[in-house]
Amino acid sequence: MAAANKGTTIFDATTPGAKGVMAPDPGVPEPQDNWRLPDAYRRSVPADLPEVAEPEVVRHYVRLSTRNHHIDKDTYPLGSCTMKYNPKINERTAAMAGFSRLHPETPDDHCQGALRLMWELGRDLAVITGMDEVRLQPSAGAQGEMVGLLIALAYHRSRGEDRRKVIIPDSSHGTNPASVTLAGFDPVAVKSNEKGLVDPSELAAVLDDNVACIMLTNPNTLGLFEQDILKITEMVHAKGGIVYNDGANTNALLGIARAGDMGFDVLHLNLHKTFSTPHGGGGPGAAAVGVTKELIPFLPGSGIEREENNGDMRFSRKSPGSQSIGSVHPFAGNFGVLVRAYTYIRLLGAEGLRQVAEDAVLNANYLMSRIKDVYDIPYGHRCMHEFVASAVRQKKQGVRAGQIAKRLLDFGVHPPTVYFPLIVPEALMIEPTETESMARVDAYAEALLQIAREIESDPDMVNTAPHNAPIRKVDEARAARDLDVG
Amino acid sequence: MEYTSHSDDTRHHMLKAIGVERFEDLLEAIPQEIRLTRPMDVPQGLAEADVESLLESLAAQNSVAPTVTSFLGGDVYDHHIPAAVDHVGGRSEFFTAYTPYQAEVAQGTLQATYEFQSMIRRLTAMDVAQASLYDGGSAIAEAALMALGQTKRNQVIIAGTLNPRHRGVLETYLTAQGVDIKTIVADNGTADLEELKTSVSDDTACVIMPSPNYFGVIDNWSDGATIAHEHGALFVAMFKPVSLGVLQPPGECDVDIAVGEGQCLGNTPSFGGPLLGLMASRRDYVRRLPGRLVGRSVDADGQPAFVMTLQTREQHIRREKATSNICTAQALLATRAAIYLSLLGKQGFTGLAETCQRRAHYCAEQISELKGFSVPFGPAFFNEFVVDSPLPARQLLERLQKRGILGGIELGERFPGFDNRILVCVTERHSRETIDRFVKELNAAAGETGQSGEPSEEYAHDRVS
Repeated sequence: MAAANKGTTIFDATTPGAKGVMAPDPGVPEPQDNWRLPDAYRRSVPADLPEVAEPEVVRHYVRLSTRNHHIDKDTYPLGSCTMKYNPKINERTAAMAGFSRLHPETPDDHCQGALRLMWELGRDLAVITGMDEVRLQPSAGAQGEMVGLLIALAYHRSRGEDRRKVIIPDSSHGTNPASVTLAGFDPVAVKSNEKGLVDPSELAAVLDDNVACIMLTNPNTLGLFEQDILKITEMVHAKGGIVYNDGANTNALLGIARAGDMGFDVLHLNLHKTFSTPHGGGGPGAAAVGVTKELIPFLPGSGIEREENNGDMRFSRKSPGSQSIGSVHPFAGNFGVLVRAYTYIRLLGAEGLRQVAEDAVLNANYLMSRIKDVYDIPYGHRCMHEFVASAVRQKKQGVRAGQIAKRLLDFGVHPPTVYFPLIVPEALMIEPTETESMARVDAYAEALLQIAREIESDPDMVNTAPHNAPIRKVDEARAARDLDVG
Repeated sequence: MEYTSHSDDTRHHMLKAIGVERFEDLLEAIPQEIRLTRPMDVPQGLAEADVESLLESLAAQNSVAPTVTSFLGGDVYDHHIPAAVDHVGGRSEFFTAYTPYQAEVAQGTLQATYEFQSMIRRLTAMDVAQASLYDGGSAIAEAALMALGQTKRNQVIIAGTLNPRHRGVLETYLTAQGVDIKTIVADNGTADLEELKTSVSDDTACVIMPSPNYFGVIDNWSDGATIAHEHGALFVAMFKPVSLGVLQPPGECDVDIAVGEGQCLGNTPSFGGPLLGLMASRRDYVRRLPGRLVGRSVDADGQPAFVMTLQTREQHIRREKATSNICTAQALLATRAAIYLSLLGKQGFTGLAETCQRRAHYCAEQISELKGFSVPFGPAFFNEFVVDSPLPARQLLERLQKRGILGGIELGERFPGFDNRILVCVTERHSRETIDRFVKELNAAAGETGQSGEPSEEYAHDRVS
């Protein structure tokens, strides 16, 4: 039956007249004519929503759900995405009615618990990153990037300077250049050197008084720590530029090293990655933005202030000051994600957080060492929390990285990020995360090694994968050509 | 508490397999002078039971139903969420997956998203809807960016009736690009179309008009669209999803891009986030849409299959030339919205909207009959309306708070001349009894003479607890 239902949408399950979950009847007297909703504004026909009773709605979406791979099932080492297991207590705390039903327009005196949580989380994140202040408003990493750039813009303008350029390494995440455009700057790429790192001499060549900012991910998207980071931040500061840290890869550094100590002026953290919110099929996320003292006036949204009065703490929201870049979220941020981050930090504590980073780095290096004889590792012989392999050898044998990914699906695990970063041909970007056991990492290595052998013996089989997934390979070209988006 | 799986023996074994002695040997690229040598100054880890107690104590310091009765709205709404939404939307399969880059093992998320797009298209009567944006505010900003790109013009006109919190986000996105933002006054609760007529010019990229607007009032999209189109500008409508159960949809009003805040569709208020940005448009603009878009295709066996499509719009392909920088958005909230809309269905959704508007109109009528109170903008609203009070709004609201009521949003801070006005929201959660009690308490609060804010004796007996 389930097979026969393949691709059947909820609309196909409609039985005209079938009722779902009904709201209560109005139960109030009909108002006088002058207090009635005027008929002129009414919709002529109801929206054509499904007509399906609850049991079949539940079965439909449960059936759909079984067609997903997810981290609670098995390994999901998508590079740069930090797909780690997220403690279930996070869900219980975020769902507490005192948080989930709390309205954002609630007066400060009636939401002291929420304000305290945000104040403490901001303080903890400042400690963890070595920044002077952290604000929690952005909805996701990409918006955090935009915030960082707008802060750089506001900072330079406050000094009467109109700097236009933002330097981005060619290994950067795609959101970096897109954010640069959104913030109204001109992106300038700096080439990575043969080690996969930003080369101070290459940087010097593009660095001038027109540079507003450099955006660096550290560890970078190759999973490598920028070993010249102190020199780089010093060079940019000498030209009056701001150094921005895309903190997407902070999972590698918890308790090991801090962006503030490296000379970064502003950073964002992807709270849903490092601080453990399930990724929900592509969101919600949340980002925190941290800055050094001199950039505090430019931070977005309301800050939380703590006042002490006879031993009692009172927390309040403060309106952004006149130099603030404004708001990027209608309210204080994605609070539900903040509750999870706070829960996670309280559970793990300082030592647990350091263990996260250590095991993330350990797992990545272990997996790399297990496959390095069969897949090329173009940059570095050690990595941080992730590494990038290259399937150039396999391509010569007739199978590209994207097909290795499809074949991995047959092993019941999720493939790595493929074809990114762009500077690695046939890239397989692998981030096992700290929550995978050695047995899981070994099984993943075995799958990759077996596929490499299959490519030698039977490349066609690999090229027609997946064979074992819920469906066969999807025709992406057709989706774009005969556009049907619902 | 830890969630890593290794024992110290395992770690040792793995280090040996890698070929190093100690963990620190893996960190050779990190300069010594920036390595932390002592634990970070954050509290020690707690057991799960202790963390739960800690969070319970924080949650208890927040006023929520049923401890208080709330009439707060303003684009975040505490509608009832059917139990099945939590049950199905909370399944690990949806909750712990990520962006469906590998369509073959993400058909659940992809099909749910496709169905969500279809439902938003049907609700709005527009041609196409995308997969989700962060929130209503950034959805307006993204719509403005689309219009700026489409028209190659540099001015955006917004109705002064826009939620000021959405307007704030729009301004942040646009000022960086040097866009000229012009506001149409809204003194009587709706956008002044005469002023709009004289303001729109051949420099205008788009006109943005909410309806029901921030004051709850239903505005005239069709006339606004005609004015915008006369000058080749796009018309962007901001809608309230639940209102579309009874109100005319943007697709019937010559709207080019429709945006909304979709938290109300099966998602909790959660202190204002995560929210759910909605966007639908004419088919002509499909290649300008920001964010993810899921399309229907087939697999190698010819079976129906769903996949992210038109990805050449997006940042991971186009980098600095992408239509937006958005990557992670609100997939789970969209999935929940799809489940929610399916559970309510055609009749349930219409019924919900009808109950909300009927109860709100009943409440408004009752309040309008109170001495000293009025509902200045009349009956053309959905489920929110402005109340003019005989005393300053803050004072009124504080007195209500002492009676266990969060009576509405104070408007004076953001709208000059609105010092005595509050925005009241009524939903299906408010029974007739609750509304009657609210009306009585409003009257009592206004009648108080003392500064203490305690309820007067006359009304103390039916104080809301």
